Amino acid sequence: MSFAKQALFVDLATGKAEAKPLDEKMLKDYIGGVGLGAKLWLDNSKQGVDAFAAENPIIFVTGALTGTISPLGGNGYALVSKSPLTETVCAAKTHGFFGAELKQAGYDAVVLTGKSEKLVYLWIDDDSVELVDASRLSGKSPQETAEAIKDEQEDCYIRVSAVGKAAEKLVRFACIINDDQQVAGRGGMGAVLGSKNVKAVAVRGTKDVSVPKYKVFTEFVENVFERMKEPQARNYRHLGSSDELIALNRLGALPTRNFSQASFDKIKNITGESLKFYVQKVVGSSTCGLRFDCLATVPDGKYAGATANLKFEGLWAVGPLCGVDRLDAIIEAINLCNQYGLDVISVGGAVAFAMDLYENKILTDEETEGLNLNFGNHEGWLGQVLGGGTKRAAEKIGKDANKYANHVKGLELQGYDLRSLETAALGVAVSSCGVRSGVYARLFDINGKVDSLKGQGKCVAETEDLYNVIDSLILCKYSSRVIDGFKDMAEYFRLATGFEVTKQDLIKSGERVKNLVRVINVREGKGTRSDDALPWKITNVTVSDEGPSKGAVLTQKELDSGLDDYYRVRGWSNQGVPTVAKLKEMGLSELSKFVEKQK
Amino acid sequence: MSENKDKKLVNCDASKCTGCRICEYACSMKKEKTYNPTKSRIRAIRLNPFVNLAVSCRLCEDAPCVVACPRDALEQDEETGVIKVDEEKCNGCGWCIEACDYGALELHPETKQVFVCDLCDGEPECVKWCPEGALEFTSKDDVSEKTRITAIKKLFQNALKTE
Repeated sequence: MSFAKQALFVDLATGKAEAKPLDEKMLKDYIGGVGLGAKLWLDNSKQGVDAFAAENPIIFVTGALTGTISPLGGNGYALVSKSPLTETVCAAKTHGFFGAELKQAGYDAVVLTGKSEKLVYLWIDDDSVELVDASRLSGKSPQETAEAIKDEQEDCYIRVSAVGKAAEKLVRFACIINDDQQVAGRGGMGAVLGSKNVKAVAVRGTKDVSVPKYKVFTEFVENVFERMKEPQARNYRHLGSSDELIALNRLGALPTRNFSQASFDKIKNITGESLKFYVQKVVGSSTCGLRFDCLATVPDGKYAGATANLKFEGLWAVGPLCGVDRLDAIIEAINLCNQYGLDVISVGGAVAFAMDLYENKILTDEETEGLNLNFGNHEGWLGQVLGGGTKRAAEKIGKDANKYANHVKGLELQGYDLRSLETAALGVAVSSCGVRSGVYARLFDINGKVDSLKGQGKCVAETEDLYNVIDSLILCKYSSRVIDGFKDMAEYFRLATGFEVTKQDLIKSGERVKNLVRVINVREGKGTRSDDALPWKITNVTVSDEGPSKGAVLTQKELDSGLDDYYRVRGWSNQGVPTVAKLKEMGLSELSKFVEKQK
Repeated sequence: MSENKDKKLVNCDASKCTGCRICEYACSMKKEKTYNPTKSRIRAIRLNPFVNLAVSCRLCEDAPCVVACPRDALEQDEETGVIKVDEEKCNGCGWCIEACDYGALELHPETKQVFVCDLCDGEPECVKWCPEGALEFTSKDDVSEKTRITAIKKLFQNALKTE
């Protein structure tokens, strides 16, 4: 069975570490990954805990396939904690090599609670677990930290997941980076680790990860590898995921200059041949049969030497969203984000927000201390105000700043214009922390195809259930091109674990995870209708670009009808709270106490 | 056919290898029925994302590992060049590991005896799985021939273009 069937609990205040068994029913019901992580967070947290409090647990969690040869899923892990940006439970999923190593050390999850007095790193060497002084690593980048730990422990096979300076300074969108360029970016998971005085988690695992019927499992995996050789899967091998920029731009769904436009006039300067000039090599994660890590370096000029792993969303966030069309500057911006340990999407979102305020004279030269913040300027960075994220910055600045703040629940939006993609907009509005990885991909409806959101609730709910399973198995978000939905995933899960799980069981698990996460957010006072809101620009400003999405806007009225429909499909109250009956159906009756007092 | 063409080994093309370690997982499953890179006969190394290579036994002539064993536990097959370990004799002293310039021999984490690539009786599992075509089951003559052709193509790339 591919689960280790145990979790490591570490009290950072005392250094006490204890491995406790995880029972099979829990692993089966919550699948692993994001589902299991949310369950462990709930079981180990108190109501109303502050994201930066010692009592806020942060959970590193692997999936059923992690540590096996499985393409797209053998390498994943997720971080689950209360987000300092959204104050809801949030999950950041990532790949690389760290997850597999953690599973091979014998753990499905690591639960960190408490706060260390001084800066430390957690060193997991199979069964031996200790907190090691990390004061000399203070201020170092995640990459430097990893190298220093490998040197100190004299083992180049150690895998490290570390934070940078931003997390130590409690920047609310600080990320965690493992294996050089793999980023668990969203929701400020790095900041939570920083608040606990943890610089890194280092792991070395030498144990077996086995599957019950290895011959059948191997055959299944071979089949998946074969499918990867087909053209729709192989496209990524040339320029990673950057082609999405071109596709979205054509559709008029690429947010540009802080959602002032939905297409970028200078798109040619940052894609295709222009991009190819900078790309050195395209590599992949552990046992990933595809390759997405598009490594680019700047050969000369002002930003010579900058290296970055270019993915669609990073490229977009510090490129079109800020109106920047210089790839050397974009690579340097992503490079700096990686060195400081910042989520590049939130950074781009926050900077674009500041630029928008500057262009609209809400921020003046006096306030920016002479820094020119016009769109397209690639030389400016702004720290103090923006470090809390767009939402908090807007509150601090006041005036009409909130009208330019493009976030959902406090998390800066991703690179899809929600006015042009209305069904995706509903999906983002009802998401647990302002983001659903990949939810967009399945909810494509360019303006005009879908008249209103009425009747879209089912589509959103089904997609959420699907992605809850993908995120719990920790499959790569591009896996849908190779893995055929619930049927394949049920087979994969069954073969890896030996659990008798049908497609229907898995769909129900996806729904269970959604209800669990929603109840957690209800408990934290962040999970009702008023929290399912979209930014002002999305609901008030129409897309003006010529093209397929011209005139698109998503009014509050439309969103409301979409929410009504969605809550009905979910079996929740019209305030968006799961009912006692629904929780019972999901086998979550023990959570009823959190919803009974709600409307 | 020359003797050099006869002996085939698993060779990794550094320009193609991405360090993904699928070879390690495939090997440990084939040989040990589990996924565990520390039980693999081929090891992939990523020094940084740009520098990757998988290493297994190079089938050296007069293999230094064989010479280094004081207990005569290692023997090289004359025909294939494969190093065979006599489990009766090997006591895990590790001198062969030291003698190997490539780190191709390792101590098994459980048996504490030396283990090394045996080419899967001529059908290496790792080569079958490599998604990049970086691993090849090939002879040293073929490797040098291929390298020569690549070098010459590069040297005369302009001439080749105009033809």
